Amino acid sequence: MSNKGGSNLNDTKANSSTKIEPSNAQPEIKQDNVLTLEKSIVDKLVSEFGDKIKIAYVKPLRVRVEVDSSDVIKVASFIKETLLFDHAESVAGTDYPKGNYIEVVYHLGSYTRDELAAHVLALATRTSRDNSSLPSLVNIYKSVEYHERETFEMLGVYFEGHPRNDRFLLPEDWADIPPMRKEFRIKGR
Amino acid sequence: MSTEFSNETLEKNSNNTGLQIVKESEEDRLMTLSVGPQHPGSGHFRFTVKVDGDYIVHCDPDPGYVHRGEEKMCEYRNFIQNIPHLERPVIHDSNNITYSYSLAVEELTNIQVPRRGQYIRAIASELNRQVYTLYWLAIYGIFLGHSTMFMWPTGDRELFIDLLEMLTGARVTHAFNIPGGVRNDMPVGFSEKCLRQISYFEKRLVEYENIFYNNPLMRQRTEGVGLLTKEDAIKLGVTGSVLRASNTPYDIRKAEPYDVYNEIDFKVQYMKSCDCFARAYVPFLDMKESCYIMRQLIDKIPQSGEVRAKLQPNPKGPAGEAYRRVESGRGALGYYIISDGTPKPYRVKISVGSFRNMLALPHLLVGAKLADMPAIYWALNYWPVEADR
Amino acid sequence: MLKDLINPTNFNVLVGKLGDVLVKALDQPLGYAINWGRIWSLWPVHLETACCSVEFGAASGPRYDVERFGIIEAFGSLRQCDLVVVQGTVTRKMAPRLRMVYDQMPDPKYVIAMGACAITGGLYIDSYNVLPGVDGIIPVDVYVPGCPPRPETLIQGTMLLQEKIKRSKIG
Repeated sequence: MSNKGGSNLNDTKANSSTKIEPSNAQPEIKQDNVLTLEKSIVDKLVSEFGDKIKIAYVKPLRVRVEVDSSDVIKVASFIKETLLFDHAESVAGTDYPKGNYIEVVYHLGSYTRDELAAHVLALATRTSRDNSSLPSLVNIYKSVEYHERETFEMLGVYFEGHPRNDRFLLPEDWADIPPMRKEFRIKGR
Repeated sequence: MSTEFSNETLEKNSNNTGLQIVKESEEDRLMTLSVGPQHPGSGHFRFTVKVDGDYIVHCDPDPGYVHRGEEKMCEYRNFIQNIPHLERPVIHDSNNITYSYSLAVEELTNIQVPRRGQYIRAIASELNRQVYTLYWLAIYGIFLGHSTMFMWPTGDRELFIDLLEMLTGARVTHAFNIPGGVRNDMPVGFSEKCLRQISYFEKRLVEYENIFYNNPLMRQRTEGVGLLTKEDAIKLGVTGSVLRASNTPYDIRKAEPYDVYNEIDFKVQYMKSCDCFARAYVPFLDMKESCYIMRQLIDKIPQSGEVRAKLQPNPKGPAGEAYRRVESGRGALGYYIISDGTPKPYRVKISVGSFRNMLALPHLLVGAKLADMPAIYWALNYWPVEADR
Repeated sequence: MLKDLINPTNFNVLVGKLGDVLVKALDQPLGYAINWGRIWSLWPVHLETACCSVEFGAASGPRYDVERFGIIEAFGSLRQCDLVVVQGTVTRKMAPRLRMVYDQMPDPKYVIAMGACAITGGLYIDSYNVLPGVDGIIPVDVYVPGCPPRPETLIQGTMLLQEKIKRSKIG
């Protein structure tokens, strides 16, 4: 970690006469209407993984990929290393009692590739409702750490390999079922 | 502290008294401090830090003091009923938090927003960005011990609130953005008042820079403190001013222009120094740029036309999902909405900038001095109510 | 004689009784003065519970300036505060902390419930993590309605509280 953190007063050359210089070079972002970039992303994924992945939809700027929970680590590392989606924006867990599964969607974005700045890749995976457990992506995407912890307490999905599957937002004495499960009814409704 | 000698004497004495000897371990030197929720510098948030002397060696955030279950409540209301409670997490930035919600619902229900409505939305959004950033600046000023910087922004903020009150009818909770446009048109004389206010505010910004950002004490407390390199910022997935202060020009208004932002000429404000000063200065640059954007919006707005599309009483669309983002005062603000074809959403996930920036807090605090804690914590542009949802 | 009466065992009792006698004697002439002193130096605790804190902050700003009504900005220590302004929704995680803060404050202490959520739960009445009003955990003196209340409403609420203090008996 290149974290310097603390500042020494003697080292600091703070001086009110120093001119503040905001940066000026601007990023170039191009957009097209024929979904070329989206399709190239999908092509790369399909040629690498074949029928292990399922492309749910290709919309402008949005691609959704569904994978099995056993392949999610491999697909995620490919997306990070090759396609350069470098951070997770959100991790959304959804409960489907009718199909008896819980779906966890990682919304991945890219800061490093300028042409991907507008794109969001949704990586979806599923687990059963009764014995919910998924491999954690925290070693690939550091940014999912708190999102996965939130998903654990809101839906009860245990993330294997996550440093802390622990209470986060709910009170310490929470003794009910995870609140985002559909059978949890809020009062009066 | 305890030397060999003292331990030996203790050992001798303990043979007589039967006392247990406890040798000082590495952990005994650490002191655990709880910051918040009743702490002037924490807000609605608590984190525990372990300090070794002056330096923080461990930090553990403990959010959730304002967790009100917004996402669960969304599932019990229809798309229109959801608007008022969704803006409560950031009542001083309420136009931006309902903006991306409206965009996502429009994508799901296939509603086209009229041009004039899009412009009024953008004006309201930029006004609210000023209101939010001024409030943040006031807080940052007071926690760096600069009382003037509390009084000036809170005073100027009221002028922007007056404008929003004239436009929407409420002080902070506007419920102005609805799927399909905005609730009502601009009142007569609004643009002139808005332009007058912007001209006044641009003069004030120069004074802010002179009294606060060029203040040697402020510079000493923030420059070189809490370095977040570009690689770390990308790895942690931070957003908004924290990201742009780490030499990454990324702004949703530029990256993925929504509504009318592709017709507006503006620059993404970012800095290269990666420290707390950059994180405090980027919102200031944003305010400047926002004034420039507002002038163009008022100049380019169509003089007549509808401000909202005709809605069905209970709008619904086909089953599907949408993920839309806007640039709020705290960075990217995304809504992931799943609809199952009914008027109520099946699942609403709010991806907020504050929650994402919280991951940078332990990263920055570990290794920093305890005295730098307020400067680092508030520079993260963190609003606990939004992070907890 | 007097030495036999006052010994270390009953000394505290005697002093306590003397205090009671003094308070009774002083309540009539000096009660007004003491209450007058309390009115103009109300110190709120710096405990934000939810989003109404934005309007509380705005009330301390230059336009509304609650300080001219004797409410000092919330930057004091807990031990020298005598007013809790419950700024909005109280969640189940915050409730024990709010009670702990209230218990640690010295008497006399007053509570203002600010905002619809602090009064009845407001917009979040059906949420799973929100208390339906704070009067279940701490006694409330003044209710300030609104979502969020405008700073003027907050000022009016504090003036009502001052009126209440003015009429209360000391001791």
